[in-house]
Amino acid sequence: MENKETREELQVSAIENGSVIDHIPVQGVFQVIKILNLDQIEDMVLFGNNLESGKYGKKGIIKVRNKFFKKEDINKIALVAPAATLIVIKDYKVVDKTVVEIPDQVEKIVKCFNPNCITNIEKIETKFEVLKDEEVLKLRCHYCEKTTTKETMVFL
Amino acid sequence: MKNRNLISINDFSKEEQIKILDTAEEFEKNPTQKILEDSVVATLFFEPSTRTRLSFESAASRLGAKVIGFSSSASSSVSKGESLKDTILTVSNYSDIIVMRHPKDGSARYASEVSPVPIINAGDGSNQHPTQTLLDMYSIRKTQGTLDNLNIAFIGDLKYGRTVHSLTMALTQYNTTFHLVSPLELKLPSYVKRHIKQNNLDYHQYTDLMEVIPKADIIYMTRIQKERFSDLMDYEKVKNAYNLENAMLENAKDNMRVLHPLPRVNEISVDVDTNPKAYYFTQALNGVFVRQALLATILGVK
Repeated sequence: MENKETREELQVSAIENGSVIDHIPVQGVFQVIKILNLDQIEDMVLFGNNLESGKYGKKGIIKVRNKFFKKEDINKIALVAPAATLIVIKDYKVVDKTVVEIPDQVEKIVKCFNPNCITNIEKIETKFEVLKDEEVLKLRCHYCEKTTTKETMVFL
Repeated sequence: MKNRNLISINDFSKEEQIKILDTAEEFEKNPTQKILEDSVVATLFFEPSTRTRLSFESAASRLGAKVIGFSSSASSSVSKGESLKDTILTVSNYSDIIVMRHPKDGSARYASEVSPVPIINAGDGSNQHPTQTLLDMYSIRKTQGTLDNLNIAFIGDLKYGRTVHSLTMALTQYNTTFHLVSPLELKLPSYVKRHIKQNNLDYHQYTDLMEVIPKADIIYMTRIQKERFSDLMDYEKVKNAYNLENAMLENAKDNMRVLHPLPRVNEISVDVDTNPKAYYFTQALNGVFVRQALLATILGVK
């Protein structure tokens, strides 16, 4: 544990206070930045991608200074980074570590794949119920009731 | 159920659905009741559907309500580029309830979220058409005396037929055995079958129509549309395989009735029309009673 964190700090600098999102799949880092609106943040944001990780081969990591995420916000990234961990840092120390959880509802961030859905015609924020009891994760559109799967998922 | 929206059949519980059917029965006995004389019903048909619209307008008229609306987008401000939200907000100023048909999936749910008056979905794209489902349930209960433990056969386009999907989901509450007859290309989608399985009910799939006729209490016919086939050769192969003719009904049960959401093209031969087992025109009439029951219940006079 000690060693691993030290190694990561070498690759992406440590932050004094803030949040670290670790174990992001390499193809998901930029989506996570978008979903959490990290491109709008005025404080320091550090990220690394294609970092060596024992557990997953390669991974991405994001560190945001002076930012502490709400649970419902961080859970939005579960769609692209289901195995991500959120680490809260205070005075360079890990004070909390949680695994993201797939939310029951997903709003605004995913486009409904059904081209005939009203959300793709008028300016309407999308809303989905997450179907968790399926073999693969599916999102059921609150409006057209069609399901969007991981393969057809497009992030807004 | 006062001021409730009806967007999807699942918006009403089993008990609420039954209550609508019971109220519809009252209207069948006594169709002209001027109990909505102070109400205005708007029928907004963003795409044409003569049958559904006339049935709603007939229902409203028999209740004494005034009807306003349009029968196609061309005759509304949609042709000027108005958004659905603006149309709904405007029309809700002029009416107590809005009945809408719209070509886009999910449009009715969205309308119900912006509208201050209740919305009845009269069909949103390929998604839902709950008043059709209720009138189908009414017709089944009326002809069989019950909704429980029946053998229901669905014939034709089970893949795209939204009436089949909604009715299947509604019937899973009644220990139904489903007999599904379709070309392989047009089988019932797995997300609908999942509902059947979740309720531990039996379903059987066939490609031969003759096989199910002696088993069925209800034969629910649907039209196979040419435009559903990417390969027209496939269409030519099956286009006549699911056409019902009078002679085919010889081995049907006495209580069996033939339903069809209409319009029919050639999937039911006209020689079936005079068979007492043909029920599709009465089924359309039942639509008026069911819609009377919905308008009266949602507007709070029943």
